[in-house]
Amino acid sequence: MDEEIDTRKINNSFLRDHNYATEADIISTVEFNSTGELLATGDKGGRVVVFQREQESKNQPHRRGEYNVYSTFQSHEPEFDYLKSLEIEEKINKIRWLPQQNAAYFLLSTNDKTVKLWKISERDKRPEGYNLKDEEGRIRDPTTITTLRVPVLRPMDLMVEATPRRIFSNAHTYHINSISVNSDYETYMSTDDLRINLWNLEITNRSFNIVDIKPANMEELTEVITAAEFHPNQCNTFVYSSSKGSIRLCDMRTSALCDNHSKLFEEPEDPSNHSFFSEIISSISDVKFSHNGRYLMTRDYLTVKVWDINMESKPLETYQVHDYLRSKLCSLYENDCIFDKFECVWNGTDSVLMTGSYNNFFRMFDRNTKRDVTLEASRENSKPRAILKPRKVCVGGKRRKDEISVDSLDFSKKILHTAWHPNENIIAVAATNNLYIFQDKVN
Amino acid sequence: MFSKGTKRKFSDGGEEISDESLLGARVASSYSLQRQSLLDMSLIKLQLCHMLVEPNLCRSVLIANTVRQIQEEMTHDGSWHMVTEAFCSAGQSPSERLVATEVLCRSREQDAEPKLFSVISYEGCREEEVVADETLCSVSVSDTVSNVCLAGRMGQCWEKSELSGVERDEEALEDSRLGSGEDEEIDTEDGASTESPKTIGQVFGTFEIKNGSPGPDSALEELFSDVDTSYYDLDTMLTGMQSAPKMGPYDLLDSLAPSHSSPSIVSTPNCRSDLNELDHIMEIIVGS
Repeated sequence: MDEEIDTRKINNSFLRDHNYATEADIISTVEFNSTGELLATGDKGGRVVVFQREQESKNQPHRRGEYNVYSTFQSHEPEFDYLKSLEIEEKINKIRWLPQQNAAYFLLSTNDKTVKLWKISERDKRPEGYNLKDEEGRIRDPTTITTLRVPVLRPMDLMVEATPRRIFSNAHTYHINSISVNSDYETYMSTDDLRINLWNLEITNRSFNIVDIKPANMEELTEVITAAEFHPNQCNTFVYSSSKGSIRLCDMRTSALCDNHSKLFEEPEDPSNHSFFSEIISSISDVKFSHNGRYLMTRDYLTVKVWDINMESKPLETYQVHDYLRSKLCSLYENDCIFDKFECVWNGTDSVLMTGSYNNFFRMFDRNTKRDVTLEASRENSKPRAILKPRKVCVGGKRRKDEISVDSLDFSKKILHTAWHPNENIIAVAATNNLYIFQDKVN
Repeated sequence: MFSKGTKRKFSDGGEEISDESLLGARVASSYSLQRQSLLDMSLIKLQLCHMLVEPNLCRSVLIANTVRQIQEEMTHDGSWHMVTEAFCSAGQSPSERLVATEVLCRSREQDAEPKLFSVISYEGCREEEVVADETLCSVSVSDTVSNVCLAGRMGQCWEKSELSGVERDEEALEDSRLGSGEDEEIDTEDGASTESPKTIGQVFGTFEIKNGSPGPDSALEELFSDVDTSYYDLDTMLTGMQSAPKMGPYDLLDSLAPSHSSPSIVSTPNCRSDLNELDHIMEIIVGS
């Protein structure tokens, strides 16, 4: 499929002038809100940047709703845990939007330990004409006041403010890797390596533990939770994935502690492919329900799999993301790339899957036509408003002209985080510290 | 980057080898070499944890599982048995060297499948015991005649500031002075404080050393009371090991001498004089 670049290659360090990538600017999460009007990114420095889509105007039809910076705020600060003498990173691990209920926008953002609910609201009017204060805000001498007036609201430049409304802390011993808002819009869950907690959005001093896989003896620990998500429609159902490649679907109605799963999705390992790295590459880095709630998508190191909720024995579909890396697993283990956690996303109609790879490549799989494409997110290779050219990695033998060989791939340029607009074919791709937004070509 | 362990061939008694089986043997030994280097790499990865920030639990668990897998396979092969034997026999004889990584065994009497945790063996070592705490490195020490304890808590293992310039002789000397099984404090888990998995026998334990051990050798205490113990922190030792010419655990195994010689610690030209002195005292105490 063809994608046109909107050229909104937004450098996330827009607040500063320099071009080099500072570590703090590395984007760590990307998420559209439920209408697609807003796009939030979180970075390693604890900042959240929210982009808003321009209203389409008839005067400039070619500028079909580009995304501009709407708000920036520091969500999390680095902390120090004195008990353990360890730093708590301020890196934003996940952002999830709440559905919009009034003029303000709400999102949840989390670092390793603390989840925060932020309210983003606009202010475009300012009261003027106070009786007791003058225009600069200084208190007036009461004796000088001779008349009374009613303050009026006057328009002012739009100001977008972000305020933390709830802080959910001290509930996680291990590092939070996921948050997921329930379809009841009252609760959400936060997941760390060994436990999942359920929160009420209004209550910050109490959470309920619903999954606990911590063994009594930590020496026996062999499996951790890697991701979790609520079902999009059924507020009692959620799934969580593990480092051993299994996905468990749980029903909160069965018991308070959902250690026993309702369903276990696991594909038996192919014995011909077995190696010392088999377990590592089977570890699931992301799990996502389809929008209709009938399918699950999981991402492990080399593949993306689609599961039918009703069939636990094996996935419905398996897509190879970068199978050419299978012979390089030892080197990837050595340089730690094998532990990279790639995310995966559905498009709005659940017909296309997208996930990232190395060398700033990302891949899309069309479930219906079974076609797939590799695209690249980089400044050098894409001109404004040009159609993205499909890329190809050549595995061996003769390398054709536009192909890139496996050994020339840049493993430091990895696309871990991507997002797809809920309704339209607009995608956001985070490549280290750059955010790329691509739109479908419209004639 | 990673030390290459000594190749362990499964020796079948010197029979004549034909070309084909020679090739097979080469393939097999190349596989075991690769496996060995994978094991070494994994163990080093487990050790090299980020100091300031907690290590990624998922990554640690996956690496630990890989190590366990290799270990199990090596056990089936018989190559593990040779390794553990070698180390266990070291328990009977004095050994001066630090074993670099967290391989190895409990004493032979314990379970057939050796658990992995690190060993610091030193003179007079009879039995190894794990000292566990949370995060990062784990250390095993024996209960021996020597009851010397070192002060100071092992916070984060790999203090970068201490990475440079630690002599290997210091660490070797160090070995001889780590002590006392009875006193080791194993941090009990309490909810919030233990984060890391104590997998494979406290791979991630922090070594906690206490001052002032009970026991008959209070005189020893006095002897060492004025010594600056920061040099003998585990991490300096281990990092010194790392910065030294690379040796895997099995290389050390090779160099373990059945008999110690009397300036049993490796003496190098730039050995500090007080260390030598203490060294000498150690000799006397342990009883050459």
